[in-house]
Amino acid sequence: MNLLTSMGALPLLGALLIALLPAANTKLIKQAAFAISLLVAGVGFAAAFGFDKNLTEFQYVERFSWIPALGINYQLGVDGISLILILLSVILVPIVILAGWNESENGRFSVKTFYVLILILETMMIGVFAATDVFLFYVFFEAMLIPVYFLIGGYGSGARQAAAVKFLLYSLFGGLLMLASIIGLFVISGNQIGRTMDIEALSTLQIDATTQNFLFLGFFIAFAIKAPLWPMHTWLPDAAKSATPGTSVLLLGVLDKVGTFGMIRYCIELFPDASRTFTPLIIVLSVISILYGAFLAIGQKDIKGLIAFTSISHFGFITLGIFAMTSQGHSGATLYMLNHGFSTAALFLVAGWMISRRGSSTIAEFGGLQRVTPIMAWSFFIAGMSSLALPGLSSFVSEFLVLVGTYTRYPVAAVIATFGIILAALYILIPVQKALHGPTTPGNENLPDLNKREIAAIAPVIAVIIFLGFYPKPALEIINPAAIDTISRAGFSDPAPVVGGNK
Amino acid sequence: MTSDNLVYLIALPLFSAALLMLLGRKADKWGHIFATLVSASTFVIGAMEFLAMRDRPEESRAVTQKLFTWISVGSFNVDAGLLLDQLSIAFVLLITGVGTLIHIYSIAYMSHDRDRRRFFSYLNLFIAAMLLLVLGDSYLNLYVGWEGVGLASYLLIGFWNQKPEYATAAKKAFVANRVGDLGLSIAIMIAFANFGAVSFIGIEEKVGGASETALTAMGLMLLLAATGKSAQFPLQAWLGDAMAGPTPVSALIHAATMVTAGVYLITRSNFVFDNAPNAQLAVVIIGAITLLFGAIIGTAKDDIKKALAASTMSQIGYMIMATGFGPAGYAFAIMHLLTHGFFKAGMFLGAGSVMHGMNDEVNMRRYGGLAKLMPITTITFGLGYLAIIGVPPFAGFYSKDKIIETAFNAGGVQGVIFGSTALLGAIITAFYMTRVMMMTFFGNKRWADDAHPHESPFLMWAPMAVLAVGSVASGYLLYSGKAIVNWLAPVVDPHHHEHEEFLPPIVVTSLAVTAVVIGVGIALAKYRGELSATAPQDVSIFTRVARRDLLQDDANEFMFMRPGQKLTEVLVKTDDKVIDGVVRGVAASTVGSARGMRKMQTGYVRNYALLILLGALAAFIAILVVTL
Repeated sequence: MNLLTSMGALPLLGALLIALLPAANTKLIKQAAFAISLLVAGVGFAAAFGFDKNLTEFQYVERFSWIPALGINYQLGVDGISLILILLSVILVPIVILAGWNESENGRFSVKTFYVLILILETMMIGVFAATDVFLFYVFFEAMLIPVYFLIGGYGSGARQAAAVKFLLYSLFGGLLMLASIIGLFVISGNQIGRTMDIEALSTLQIDATTQNFLFLGFFIAFAIKAPLWPMHTWLPDAAKSATPGTSVLLLGVLDKVGTFGMIRYCIELFPDASRTFTPLIIVLSVISILYGAFLAIGQKDIKGLIAFTSISHFGFITLGIFAMTSQGHSGATLYMLNHGFSTAALFLVAGWMISRRGSSTIAEFGGLQRVTPIMAWSFFIAGMSSLALPGLSSFVSEFLVLVGTYTRYPVAAVIATFGIILAALYILIPVQKALHGPTTPGNENLPDLNKREIAAIAPVIAVIIFLGFYPKPALEIINPAAIDTISRAGFSDPAPVVGGNK
Repeated sequence: MTSDNLVYLIALPLFSAALLMLLGRKADKWGHIFATLVSASTFVIGAMEFLAMRDRPEESRAVTQKLFTWISVGSFNVDAGLLLDQLSIAFVLLITGVGTLIHIYSIAYMSHDRDRRRFFSYLNLFIAAMLLLVLGDSYLNLYVGWEGVGLASYLLIGFWNQKPEYATAAKKAFVANRVGDLGLSIAIMIAFANFGAVSFIGIEEKVGGASETALTAMGLMLLLAATGKSAQFPLQAWLGDAMAGPTPVSALIHAATMVTAGVYLITRSNFVFDNAPNAQLAVVIIGAITLLFGAIIGTAKDDIKKALAASTMSQIGYMIMATGFGPAGYAFAIMHLLTHGFFKAGMFLGAGSVMHGMNDEVNMRRYGGLAKLMPITTITFGLGYLAIIGVPPFAGFYSKDKIIETAFNAGGVQGVIFGSTALLGAIITAFYMTRVMMMTFFGNKRWADDAHPHESPFLMWAPMAVLAVGSVASGYLLYSGKAIVNWLAPVVDPHHHEHEEFLPPIVVTSLAVTAVVIGVGIALAKYRGELSATAPQDVSIFTRVARRDLLQDDANEFMFMRPGQKLTEVLVKTDDKVIDGVVRGVAASTVGSARGMRKMQTGYVRNYALLILLGALAAFIAILVVTL
């Protein structure tokens, strides 16, 4: 059974179906989109249950020749890392649809178009993680930009057009560099093993150091723009400030993960030597991102901008974990991608509700919400606690794994990165104090608390955050074999403890 | 040995806390009773475990419970595991015992608050987290409790967070604690890199093979963690502000239990510190500085809660100092911790009782002469007072005396310095506590016009009475027959060190009692007469500095807050102007050059021909240059 293709095609077919529905019946359109996304999530869970956790090779593999002349295949498969990210995507889409039930209504395009775009995006997200052919990955990687561009530019707020264009140009620039590297790979594979774009085959190529460095950089810069690493981050705050909360959730929660996912799947697997060469630089950039993102978050006056900068800090942790090249760092980074998806989703969704109620996204305009809208305030608080990696919540597990996995190889970087936890306390507690505590700011007295639909959207996210904090095993079991396998194939092994064996 | 009951100690209060939050106003009517019963049930479990433990032979007293595998990646394996041994049971009894008394007290104290249910939910969250802190069998489990109590403390300090300064106090406490948590995080990383383990037992097994440098680093990081949680120098500044929380919270969290977690951490990590003498010396120095620091602040505070908070800081300084003396000091640190738990919690509840009768007034300049109207409060508070200043045979006498003795016994110049510091601290303690006693309960009445002081209801004074009994008896009970020393020995002194005596105990005791007499004498002389209802302003620079908490906030502001704010401002500007500026610059120049190019598309053939000619020439020259 072509499970991955079915999962990927389902939202696309759903988009077609919605396109056929009468545009005036927005309620039906919303319900249909929600139902379809739930169905996709169901398929996603089925894939997770059928997944053999003990294997390290790709599962649910599908392969059809696509452009035989160039050795390009339509080829899908998942390992633990990509499966966990697909799961994240298919869980977040229905939550986003439910949470932002009315987000689609004040856009430049119709309500119908909004859901068509969201569902097309879902297909692309599944495809980009499931592709095991580099060219196919590239196609999804670039095609994904289109729905996002229209979602930001068409339904956002403020300087949405400019933000959308900035997002697009940044991404296209990165994509172009990646394309150049893909062509390079194509030429080398043609010389060595015959034309192919299969990543497993490509990872066996013998590439000289200089070439490898250039090809690596092409991929890496594209990914470092996507999961913005300092100093390639300036598109993200603008995009996040302008996009609707739901779009921001998908953008920061899932799309940006394509960058960090790409670093693992493409940078490290295809160019292990170059990865080694650039590791010191990337570690430095990661640490800068962690602290820089945190400081900038502290300095934000706009709540969406704040969340965007906290994400830059968190992406720093993820890249740090990836390039620490230890099993804890790698597993931690992948788990971090999952956890960050949920905690950012929670933050953005609640922030979105706060903003739509208050009609402003300036933090100082809120105040005393804990008494006015307790459920909303507590949701924001728990999401914030997850963002600052409070032990007992999911982010703590991943953040600590990243730090401990980094320390065993790069103690100095790990120690500096740990300062991020102090800054995290500040960037969360400052908005908490301003927005939730203190006397009720004039204009906020009558804000309504979350309604049932909103509670239904946020409750599962918070439940996952708490559950995975106490019991991360279900996620780690899926991630560990793939992460450890990636490390060992790249030629690394965990540093042994200084004091060996039992006395 | 294993036990299946340990998990309930944590699970019961945790679930009750969650339940009270989720049910919301529906649970308003019975939430406080429910929470108190849950807390009492944890005490019963703890007491049963204690009795069972006492009946077992020394080597099999510790019990463990593995719940599930929490985190497992490669060689990093952490179980959700609990360990109840002689050290942790002492804390379990203190936390659940004092905790339950404070629950009972709070039923009355918080009866007029619209959010009493939420208050009890936080209290139980605290109990759960604090029990996890002392029961976790690894540093990572401890960490969960460690930050959990920090969260509960944050929520409770900010319980009335509609007042901006209270919300700020809560945030300050959380951030200061996070600075300490940085230390705990790094200590765990050092442990894993060196031993491949983060459980206490896993590290202890291999500790002999580690370098002293690694152990010193780990010890110093643990000390940093302790200074954050236990309000020790230089992370002490949050504790005074934490008094913004309701007074029962100050008694439970910011006096008896949470703030002593640093003492627990160092004692629990004895296997690290005993092999890292430099880290131990740092511990002693930090303790010594803080015990004086807190005591000096205590002399200048007119706010009764802040005076008691300064005192807490100082008393924990004694405990921390004692842990720095290694196996000779651990047991006495824990002993002082337990006696302090009784008398300080008792005095805080007494302060709450006074506030309850005085319209929440905290300024001792507006008290005076309350002894007649609040006899029970005066007696219970007074017994706590006798205990803390160290009058024999009250509880604090035994525990503090032992710490002073241990300090002198450290030997050499160090012993004299630390011993004298501890003695000096005892003089100041006797002074500021006598001052509190006099200003509050005796002397002239300086009440506000609308004050109608009255004794508190039974639910409030009963817990105070129980704690007062502890203030009287706990010291002797722990001391006699070396009860606490022998009880804890298997954990903190497994090799039964022999401790040398520098001064005979009787000399130290005489010195300590003399210190008390001096301190009390000075205070009586100064505060016996009529006092004014406002603080005198024509005071020396020293008093002014002490009133400003020895400039602790000014120092933090100068060194961290303002530079931090400046840095943030600069970075925000840089991000916009420089980094994004470059990007926009590139974009603008692209657009600009595109416009320029467009102008060349004139449509005139002669222009194109000229361009082609120029291009061909350029190409020709280029080829020529390359081939030559």
